[in-house]
Amino acid sequence: MNITTKVNGKEIAREIDDRTMLSTFLREELSLTGTHIGCDTSGCGACTVLLNGKAVKSCTVLAARVDGEEVTTIEGMSNGSLHPLQEGFKEEHGLQCGFCTPGMIMTAADLLSRNSNPSEQEIRESLEGNFCRCTGYHNIVKAVQYAADKMNG
Amino acid sequence: MIPSSFTYKKASSVSDALAMLKEHGDEATLLAGGHSLIPALKLRLNDYGYLIDISKISELKSIDDKGDHIEIGAGVTHGEIVDSALLQSKVPFFSEAADLIGDVQVRNMGTIGGSIAHADPAADWPALLLAADATINIHNGSSSRSVAAADFFQGLFHTAVEEGEMITSISVPVSANAKTKYIKFMQPASRFAIVGCAVNLEMSGGTISSAKVAYAGVSATPFRDSAVEATLAGKSLDDATIEAAGNAAADSASIMSDHFASESYRKQMAKVYTKRALKALA
Repeated sequence: MNITTKVNGKEIAREIDDRTMLSTFLREELSLTGTHIGCDTSGCGACTVLLNGKAVKSCTVLAARVDGEEVTTIEGMSNGSLHPLQEGFKEEHGLQCGFCTPGMIMTAADLLSRNSNPSEQEIRESLEGNFCRCTGYHNIVKAVQYAADKMNG
Repeated sequence: MIPSSFTYKKASSVSDALAMLKEHGDEATLLAGGHSLIPALKLRLNDYGYLIDISKISELKSIDDKGDHIEIGAGVTHGEIVDSALLQSKVPFFSEAADLIGDVQVRNMGTIGGSIAHADPAADWPALLLAADATINIHNGSSSRSVAAADFFQGLFHTAVEEGEMITSISVPVSANAKTKYIKFMQPASRFAIVGCAVNLEMSGGTISSAKVAYAGVSATPFRDSAVEATLAGKSLDDATIEAAGNAAADSASIMSDHFASESYRKQMAKVYTKRALKALA
């Protein structure tokens, strides 16, 4: 089937196999390999992207379904300079191996779009669908707080 | 993981979806949020020739105040139920329960209609619909029918929906004198209910005039517990009543056992969570 979608602000038209997952489409068709496939069963959150501004697990969304919709991946976050979330992960040492980082940032972006000044508890709850197997959760929370502070000026 | 081949079709309306269902018969199934269906397809536990995507049908997406009840479209997501000011004020245990489902990403995609159509025994909505005495509205293309929640959930992954039918909405009665609560003991990774307890008390002053108490995750089929309800009816919500109601929980149920919780542990947790839910309302 043919789909037309906007990925990171760019209009994309492709012919795909109907059963293609969004995660596979992004990585293999568009070479946007910042979206990671971890568990591939919608548990770990490494594949999180924004679909029309909301965080979704792209391993469990059909690419067919984003026809006519807007997708943002980690590659769409920086605009010349680092996004405050990316800067926060760098400054607060919010990553060790880095595998979970893109998913963490996309889920945190969804949170900050709904709640510009989240409490530590709200950050932890909003990230419950993202696993860090290096277990560096404390600094991930600090990174999100850093971004919220920076975005609030 | 790659599912078996299928043809994807996007439905633009309820009648469009039902026409596609009729055309393809049991080769087709409906795709809502996809968070139960797609993992099953990827694991090749299920296999369909056609997926009919109903996620973009606008008539399934509203939450409407109908006075004595609220009508929730089948395509409303868990996240939209969390955020609904109408449900937060009129049927608060719906918003509470929605906030306990999966995680943010799952709540952004998963729908109430999809969840109840799937009828996973560990899903939360069946207990809520039973305790709210909700009605499920179903369409087949030429006529519609309404099924009480008590008749809707018929067993493990089995509901009253027949071939060629789809759920269009859920009607939830509203009462100004109701006190509601939903809490659960959850599997920590999936957040599915090991024991979910939904309580809906109709109050008359300080007295419980009637009670509806339902459980998710305990049995293969969600159920209301008439023994607990009888213990509560006509009483005030004091410590002795709460203790007696909790002790009565799940005594006559056929209880599941799996690697997360044994039968006796589930039964004990049903009692504990009944007491906690009632205490939260006291």
